[in-house]
Amino acid sequence: MEILTAFLVMFAISLVAGILLSVLSAVFAVAEDPLKKQIRACLPGINCGACGYKNCDDYATSLAQGGVKPNLCIPGAQKVADEIAQIIHVEAEPFKDVVAFVACNGHGDAAALKAKYEGVQTCRAASMLYGGDKSCRFGCLGLGDCAAACPADAICMADGIARVNTARCLGCGLCARTCPKGIISMLPQNITTVVMCNSKQKGADARKVCKNACIGCKKCEKACPHGAIVVTDNLAAIDYTKCTNCGVCVSECPTGCLKTVVFPDLPKGVGCDEILG
Amino acid sequence: MEMFKVLIVILLSSVLVDNYVLSRFLGICPFLGVSKKLNQAIGMGVAVTVVMLIATAATWPIQYFVLDVLKLGYLQNIVFILIIAALVQMLELLLKRFSPALYKGLGVYLPLITTNCAVLGVTINNIIDGYSFVESMVSSLGCGLGFLLAMVLFSGLRSRINESNVPAPFKGLAVTLIAASFVSLAFMGFGGIVENMFA
Repeated sequence: MEILTAFLVMFAISLVAGILLSVLSAVFAVAEDPLKKQIRACLPGINCGACGYKNCDDYATSLAQGGVKPNLCIPGAQKVADEIAQIIHVEAEPFKDVVAFVACNGHGDAAALKAKYEGVQTCRAASMLYGGDKSCRFGCLGLGDCAAACPADAICMADGIARVNTARCLGCGLCARTCPKGIISMLPQNITTVVMCNSKQKGADARKVCKNACIGCKKCEKACPHGAIVVTDNLAAIDYTKCTNCGVCVSECPTGCLKTVVFPDLPKGVGCDEILG
Repeated sequence: MEMFKVLIVILLSSVLVDNYVLSRFLGICPFLGVSKKLNQAIGMGVAVTVVMLIATAATWPIQYFVLDVLKLGYLQNIVFILIIAALVQMLELLLKRFSPALYKGLGVYLPLITTNCAVLGVTINNIIDGYSFVESMVSSLGCGLGFLLAMVLFSGLRSRINESNVPAPFKGLAVTLIAASFVSLAFMGFGGIVENMFA
């Protein structure tokens, strides 16, 4: 008899709670945009924030409201961009497949140090103390803020500078936003010619603090057959809409800051040393 | 006046002396998990306070008018868990409908409260201590505020720890737990204060 009352009481309480919950959820249901739901189902759901929105839900909501480009999801790549374009009936746009690139080659042997830094071991903290321990105030500090921010474990520290394992890189751009020196940029995967320097110092000064620095000599600017390189603020910059990866500039560069880097076709799990090609 | 004095003692003792997190060690998981940032800590603290109040308001009558009448006291734990879970779900539904901003702000913490042992602890302790309905509500309010206080204090402490140069073996959770134990020790100092306040 006792067990029966216990059973009935539990049953009654659960039943009341269940009915209340289902009634409430029906009465107070929030109508969700079916379009948004459909778009959200296409997105990968890793909430990396590369699209510029807080998370996948946020991006899907903005897409459903319209006026937003469908090709912003970087981990989703072309496939997701096409699917979304189909759902919201806009013309599919080509997806730009990008990888992170660290524009500094001031490794331990090349770059001079101006001090010994013993503070908090993050680039952000180091850069706040007289710009860090490197004599070059534009270079990579090598304390790994970008590596800590990377969700794909694609960045490692090699000899004082950050290196990207492009096979693992999702192209989300979190590292580029984290770097206090702003030397990480997102470059399209099909390029092979890059400027591995960020120094805007005058040639002589840049050379004094780093062997691999761009000295702004303009040899590459003159050598480039396509007019793709322009030297501004003592630093060569490549216009990738014109560059054909011919490599003429690389052989002209006196300091080796222009380099040929092979971005695609890296086998999975390549270590730091092999990335430079 | 006497009644008022009793309520004040219950409120202060549940905030300071018998702080759920720092003296009774209940609700440690959100205390360590959600105390990284001040605004999140406040959000969680307020949410737990609200749920504690609602849960007490629902479980006290059930205990005295259903379980005690039918001599089913041994079902207390399971019934209370069921009621708290259902209440949190309802609260979530209502918030989603009427205050989407708050719902978004609380995010994942709201469902997490379902399994927060501090909430269950408050409702059961109110029965064990033999509080009346009003006393129970005041005690729940005190416990919620105590939880909020602990969260806010500890989030401040953690932001200091984050910026300091911690020796490698103590980095992360280890130094957080040590800091938590110090805060707890500090709260032990309140023992005996409230009881003697009106003496």
